[in-house]
Amino acid sequence: MRYAMVIDTLKCVGCSDCVVACQTENNVPIGYCRDWVVEAVNGTYPQLELEIRTERCNHCENSPCVRCCPTGASHIVEGGVVLVTHDECIGCGACIESCPYDARYQHPEGYVDKCTFCLHRVKDGLLPACVSVCPTRCMYFGDLEDPNSEVSKLLKKRDYKTLAPEAGTNPHIFYLI
Amino acid sequence: MKEELFVSGRNLPNIDPQLHVWHWPIPVYLFLGGLSAGILFFAALYVIKNKGKDLPDSYKKALFVPPVALVLGLIALLFDLTHLFYSWRLFTTIRLESPMSWGAWTLLTITPLAFLWAASNIKLLFPQWDWKYDWIKAIFKFWNENLKYIVWLVILLSVILGIYTGILLSAFNARPLWNTSILGPLFLSSALSGGAAVLIFFSNNEEEKKIFVKLSMLLIVIEGFLFTHMFMGFLASNQVQLEAAEMFLGGDYTIHFWIFDVIVGLIIPLVLELIWLRKQNFSLKIVALLLLFGGIMMRFTMVHAGQAARYLY
Repeated sequence: MRYAMVIDTLKCVGCSDCVVACQTENNVPIGYCRDWVVEAVNGTYPQLELEIRTERCNHCENSPCVRCCPTGASHIVEGGVVLVTHDECIGCGACIESCPYDARYQHPEGYVDKCTFCLHRVKDGLLPACVSVCPTRCMYFGDLEDPNSEVSKLLKKRDYKTLAPEAGTNPHIFYLI
Repeated sequence: MKEELFVSGRNLPNIDPQLHVWHWPIPVYLFLGGLSAGILFFAALYVIKNKGKDLPDSYKKALFVPPVALVLGLIALLFDLTHLFYSWRLFTTIRLESPMSWGAWTLLTITPLAFLWAASNIKLLFPQWDWKYDWIKAIFKFWNENLKYIVWLVILLSVILGIYTGILLSAFNARPLWNTSILGPLFLSSALSGGAAVLIFFSNNEEEKKIFVKLSMLLIVIEGFLFTHMFMGFLASNQVQLEAAEMFLGGDYTIHFWIFDVIVGLIIPLVLELIWLRKQNFSLKIVALLLLFGGIMMRFTMVHAGQAARYLY
C-alpha cells in the first residue's frame, strides 16, 4: 500500500475549495492552512504560461522531517503517510526547517501540524476532504502499488512532475502537466 | 520570468513570507553550547597532556563558565520550544538520524560533568567552603581520583557538542545556506576559539596567555579558511546555493557578515593578537571579548540568513 495524490494542473481553476474543506474537516485554526493554492506564471510576455496547483505535505518517501525529528513524533505510518504524534512533539521546529515545501506549521497549541492525507477518512473508505469537494475533479487519491488504481493509471497515461525532485525527497504528490 | 503566488491567502505565522521559526534563543544556545564545549575541551586537554597535574587557576576559573553557560543556553532554548511541557520526550528515545537527538543526549551527559568539575574547584571562589555531607565529599574524592579517566569522556563529549552546534543546521537540505558539511568544523573551530578567548580572559600568566593567543590566532585562520571553502563550495554549486552565497556577497546579510563576523569578530582580534605578541602593552581582555562577540554574531547571522535562504521550486 502506498497512498499518493495526483493533481491535474490543467483542470485546477484555483477556487480554494480544497483549502476550505481541509480547514473544516480538520478543525484547522483560523489563519492557518494545511493546503494552499499556488499560481505559477512562467515565460516572457506575451508567451506566458499559467499553472494553477494545490499544494500540501508531499508525504515524501525519504522525508527530511522524519529524519530530523528528535523524539520520533514525526513518523511514517501505513501507506507511507507522514504523521505527527501531537503529544510526542516538543515544538522544536526542526521539521519545519527541514521541509523543502514549507508544508508544516506550529499549531497555536504548540505542536507541529500538517496534512494527514485525511487518514481518518481514508480508513473509513472515504476520500481526503480536499479531493472529495473539488468541483473540477482535478484531484485523485489512491494506492500507487495497485496498478489498477486511478492514480496508477493516470501516471501511466499522462505526463507528470513532482515538486523539487532535486531535493531527493521522493514526494508522493504528482502533478499532471 | 518565473513567479509563484499563493492565491488561497496562505500566511502561516513564522513561515510566510519568510521562514523565521528559530528566533534569538537558537543562536544564543548554539553559542553558549559551543563556548562550554571549547572550555571543557581545553581543560580536559590540559589534564591529559600534563598527566593529572593540578589545573592552573585560570582553567579553574574558566571551568565555572560551562555550567552557567549550559544552563542559560538551555533556558534560552526553552523559549523556542512551542510544546515545552512535552520536552521530556527528548529523553524517551534515541534517534541516531536526528542531530537534535544527539545534542539532547550529549547535553544531558556533559552538563552534570561540567557542574561536577566546577564544583570540585569551589574553594577557589569560596576558600571557606566545606561540603556538609560525607556522600558529597565521597563524590568529589572519586572525581579527583578518576579525573584522568573522566577527561577522556569530557573531551569526546565536548567535540561532539562543538560539532553538533553546526551539524544541527547543516542537516537540513531544505535550507541551502546551511546545507554544507563545512558548518560542523566551522562551528567547532569557533567553539574552540570561544574557549580560548575565555582562558585568555582569565589568565594571569604571560606564558599561558602566549600559548592561547597563538592558538586563538591559529583558530581564526582556520575559521577564515573554512569560510573561504564554504563560499567556494556555494559558488561552484547549484542555483539555490549561489543565491545563498549571494546573501553575504552583496545581499541582505552582507553588512552583518563582513562587519560583525569577519572584521570585528576575526580580523581585528587577529591583528590585536599579533601586536600583543610583539609588545605586551595592552590588556588582552578586549581581544577575548571581541572574539566572543564575533562568535555570537556569527551564529546569529548563520541562523537568520539560513532561514531566509529558500529552496527553489
